Formats: sequence, structure tokens, C-alpha cells
Amino acid sequence: MSVLKNDLMPVRTANDIVVVRQHVRALAIELGFSLVDQTKMVTAASELARNTLAHGGGGTARIEVVAANARRGLKMTFEDRGKGIADLELAMRDGYSTGGGLGLGLSGTRRLMNEFELQSKPGEGTRVSATRWK
Amino acid sequence: MERIPILKMGEFLLVTIQVDMHDRLAMQLQDDLTDRISATGARGVLIDISALEMVDSFIGRMIANIAAMARILDAQTVVTGMQPAVAITLVELGLTLTGVRTALNVERGMTLLRSLLDEADGVAHDAIADREDADVGAEE
Repeated sequence: MSVLKNDLMPVRTANDIVVVRQHVRALAIELGFSLVDQTKMVTAASELARNTLAHGGGGTARIEVVAANARRGLKMTFEDRGKGIADLELAMRDGYSTGGGLGLGLSGTRRLMNEFELQSKPGEGTRVSATRWK
Repeated sequence: MERIPILKMGEFLLVTIQVDMHDRLAMQLQDDLTDRISATGARGVLIDISALEMVDSFIGRMIANIAAMARILDAQTVVTGMQPAVAITLVELGLTLTGVRTALNVERGMTLLRSLLDEADGVAHDAIADREDADVGAEE
């Protein structure tokens, strides 16, 4: 997988979530994704950015245009140095939430994207990356 | 502070969300709407989201909360104009907006609100009539 474009953005405030969403939308349009696919990616970015802010105490979003096997895609990676997730399997379950939300952030986002990867260590932080291919 | 305007039209409150809402703005709308329902005694709330290009779980929860709070304050809520791409994404995300009435556009939304109100008033009427009947029965 090669990286054609790489932007690192802060996720420190509620407004940063909006900025990340808009950036993902702009890149998705540029890549020629359908409206439904754009909406899915923007929604996924919003969910993951909010997790980074609410559970991780803020962090970064890396938005990349990637290419592999003659296909292009959009990859987003959210990273924080927060308290981390103790039980990854439980965190991925529909309806499980520690933040008083609906518990759909991670499990729902995985359904919106083609690839999804969650890495976390308690006390060290969390890194989630999700990719959608054109 | 930035706010989403709430218009009053007869016994209804109308809201059109036309900006990409950040979380605080969504929370503010929830608070403002409940205040306005209580202050005006509005019986219906119509929220048009046709300009909204994305509804994530946070905004979805806000919409569901507004509908639940409005119901407790004796008002009906209808959400109108959801874009097809948003609907597809919401379902895939796992958000079903249980308890939230929807209509394709504002016009149909208003019709739905009116019929919901008539229905609610009709039920209240019947209940009073039933009680009166029962009272009469007890006296006999």
C-alpha cells in the first residue's frame, strides 16, 4: 500500500471534529466516491474523532489517500495518549459504552468502512484506523 | 454564541438545521427547544434536516432526546427531509431513531404533526367522555 497524500490534524476541541469531517468529505469527493460512500466515511470520521476527544482526551487524526492493487482509498487513523481500552472485544460490541453514549461508535464505524483496526493498551492510549476503498 | 433559530408558527415550533453542527451547538439546540416548548406551550416540533449531510450517533441521540423530552412536555416531534445517503448510513451505523416520527418533506411533516395532534386530542376527549360516562353510571 502506497501513500499518495498524508494530512495530520489535531483533535482537541469539538470544532476539530467538524474540521476533520469536512476534510474527509473534500478528499472523498476528490477521489470520486459516491454520495453514499462519502456520507459513510464522513460519519465514520465523526464517530472516531469524537472517541478520540471524549475517551482519549484528544489526539490526532491522520487522513491519507492510499493506493494498492490499482485501487485508491481513504484511510483515517485516530490516535490518542489517553487511558486506553482494557477489553477490546467488549469495546467493539454494539451497545457497549463507558461514556454514556449509545455504544455504536466503534462497532458502527467498522460497518461503515472496508478495513478496521483497533489497537490499545490500558494507560498508553488508543489507535484506530479505518480504510474505505474506491 | 452561535445558535440554531427556532421559529414559532401557531402551536408548532420549526427548526431547520442548515449548518454542520458541532457537538455544543447540538446540545444547545436540545436545551433551547425544551425551553421553548415549555415557554410557548407548543404542541408540535418539526425539525428539518434536509440540509444535513451527515447524522452521526451524537446528532442521532440529540434528535431522539428532543423527541423524548418533547413527548414528556406534551408535544409531538417530526423529523423531515433526511437525505437518502444519510438514512442508509444511519441504519448501517445501527441507529434506528426509535420513537422519532419522520416525513419526507416539510409539507408532509406538517400534515403528520396535525394528524398526530388531532389523534392525541381525540384520545384525551374520549378519555374524558369515558370518565363522565363512568361517573353517570356510578350515580345510577
